[in-house]
Amino acid sequence: MSAPVSYAEAILQAFRYLLGNYPEVFAIGQGLWSPWYVGASMKDLDKEFGQARVIDTPISELATTGAAIGASLNGYRPIVIHPRMDFMVLATDQIVNQAAKWRHMLGGKSPAVTIRGIVNRGGEQGAQHSQALHAWYAHVPGLRVVMPATPEDARDLLIAATLCDDPVLYIDDRWLYDLSAEMPPPGPIDLTTQLPKVLRVGTDITLVAASYSVTLARKAAEVLAKKGVSAEVIDLRIVNPLDHGTTCASVKKTGRLLAIDGGWRTCGLAGEIIAGAVESLPPSAFRARPRRITLPDAPAPTSKLLEKVYYPNTERVVAAVEEMLAE
Amino acid sequence: MTESQRLGPLADPAQFTDALNIAGYAADDLKRLLRAMLTIRFAEEAVADLVETGEAVCPCHLGIGQEAIAVGVSSALRRTDRVYGNHRSHSHYLALGGELFAMYAEILGRKTGASQGMGGSMHLYAPEVGFSGSVPIVGATIPIAVGAGLAAKMDGKGDVAVTYFGDGACEEGVVHESLNMAAVYKLPVLFVCENNLYASHLDIGLRQPSDSTARFAKAHSIPYRVIDGNDVTAVIKAAGELVKAAREGGGPGFLEAVTFRWRGHVGPKEDIDVGVRRKPEILAAWRHRDPVRRLRDSMIEADLVTSVDVEKTCADIKCTVAKAVANARKADYPGTNALLDLVYAPRRHQ
Ligand SMILES: Cc1ncc(C[n+]2csc(CCOP(=O)(O)OP(=O)(O)O)c2C)c(N)n1
Repeated sequence: MSAPVSYAEAILQAFRYLLGNYPEVFAIGQGLWSPWYVGASMKDLDKEFGQARVIDTPISELATTGAAIGASLNGYRPIVIHPRMDFMVLATDQIVNQAAKWRHMLGGKSPAVTIRGIVNRGGEQGAQHSQALHAWYAHVPGLRVVMPATPEDARDLLIAATLCDDPVLYIDDRWLYDLSAEMPPPGPIDLTTQLPKVLRVGTDITLVAASYSVTLARKAAEVLAKKGVSAEVIDLRIVNPLDHGTTCASVKKTGRLLAIDGGWRTCGLAGEIIAGAVESLPPSAFRARPRRITLPDAPAPTSKLLEKVYYPNTERVVAAVEEMLAE
Repeated sequence: MTESQRLGPLADPAQFTDALNIAGYAADDLKRLLRAMLTIRFAEEAVADLVETGEAVCPCHLGIGQEAIAVGVSSALRRTDRVYGNHRSHSHYLALGGELFAMYAEILGRKTGASQGMGGSMHLYAPEVGFSGSVPIVGATIPIAVGAGLAAKMDGKGDVAVTYFGDGACEEGVVHESLNMAAVYKLPVLFVCENNLYASHLDIGLRQPSDSTARFAKAHSIPYRVIDGNDVTAVIKAAGELVKAAREGGGPGFLEAVTFRWRGHVGPKEDIDVGVRRKPEILAAWRHRDPVRRLRDSMIEADLVTSVDVEKTCADIKCTVAKAVANARKADYPGTNALLDLVYAPRRHQ
């Protein structure tokens, strides 16, 4: 085990591991030569590995992403960086129409491309600089979507995504960058064998989340423990293809399911988590109606008072659990 | 690459530092222009202060050093024209007469802000003066302005649409689609590229094979002018000609105004979030090519104002700005109902 490594440093470690061990890997995107842009998660990679393999780009999300897909079909394993998920929207044709479908529609090989979209919200950044669109992309068959919640996964899922033969969307959240943990040295990982993780064992309720929402679930579980409530916390890690088995096994035990997500409610991840459990378990398995905590169905505001009511927090998770227990 | 496709001396801060050619301008008009530019300068310096103290939290992109462009372009416009901005739009908004108070209230997230406190600095809106909206997705308002131009053409009243964007925006595909459509439908759209030679941390030489974006207009057969964007008279002349042609059915125009942003890409610092190759000497040289100083000095040289007059004007503007900031501080925040109430248009009455 190492000294504690932050989530941001863990991403940097993954890049160094990948660029250092796999000559076919390169990184491309906006801000890669900037000390001010993508933060500590890519610091000085251009100096260490050269600007031929760590490529800063014009403001051309669509062409950058398409070019990475093209290179991936021609022997390379590129990682495209979109410093904000909102900007990645401009690349959506290449991600959704091309990368996700290439293998299926041509009966051929997948583009082994990794696309990193960073969720960067709060701080009064507003409607076009705050979005968490994972549910949108997870809707698309052929596109694997991973959302690390812990420093270890920030590193390992980036490695797994890059070594995977399919296109993978890797989504990290800047609200997690300071989270730190000890971890073993990095190694190759097969994404296709990865499953959700039970991060905390409990008996009264199952809290299911991904990415930053896992932090909310864990904090809420601590608060609930002090109140004598035993919450089980599941970190999904991968939201497409979405595994329901871990959640169902947990709900069989607890009888209660609360899904927490930092995306919108309608057609969102939280609803999908609940649907998966409700479809697989008999009604008698539930001691309370499953519930979800999400963003309200509104664009992100800027004003700080509105931001406060907009984003889910620990108190809201705790309150929802208490209501479910009282049902 | 031929010389004509490069900016040459226009990109050299040691050039274009002399007095402006103000012959033929009425003194009052020049005073108005100077006042408008000073207002933008001091207003943005006040924004910088609000960011420094932490009172303003939303991302604020300052255009200090670029004031002549919006002031010059606006002089060719009328209230019924439709003007769109980008992430760096304080000058675009203020030059059209957008209220100072509403800008600060917006930046501080208050209900009486330009966008009801729902957008912050990157989302300004003042349709009453023709400012139809600014957003920070790079390139986003360019096709929207094309649509505004299409509507103006259908209206048949000679109005024009304007979109302000940076050299970096020209790297987005949508710019080229928009130029082509505006040209093929002969739409009354003025494309204003504020070429400040940087996009975030990268200077244009690291992003494009030429430093002149007007080559894209040329490629789409759109009339264009490439000018010193720190010379308000040059902007007025070029914008005037292109807008006149657009109003008369001549189709779109493209104005490339060469300038420089003094501060970082976002926020008030001069040494953080600037170009990775930018040196302090470059900024110092561009500070000397200051559009505000050049107009002021030219007017003083021509005996149209004294430096004492200018000092008085400055003091007066600073006082107005300070009042606007103070009033914005007192304004209320939006109610939490705004979060959901503003998502969809209200139901129509039967
Ligand atoms: C689609 C999109 N990509 C990236 C960004 C991040 N970004 C904001 S402004 C900017 C630079 C824009 O440069 P330019 O168009 O030259 O305008 P300037 O900032 O120089 O005024 C970038 C990369 C964004 N807001 N939107």
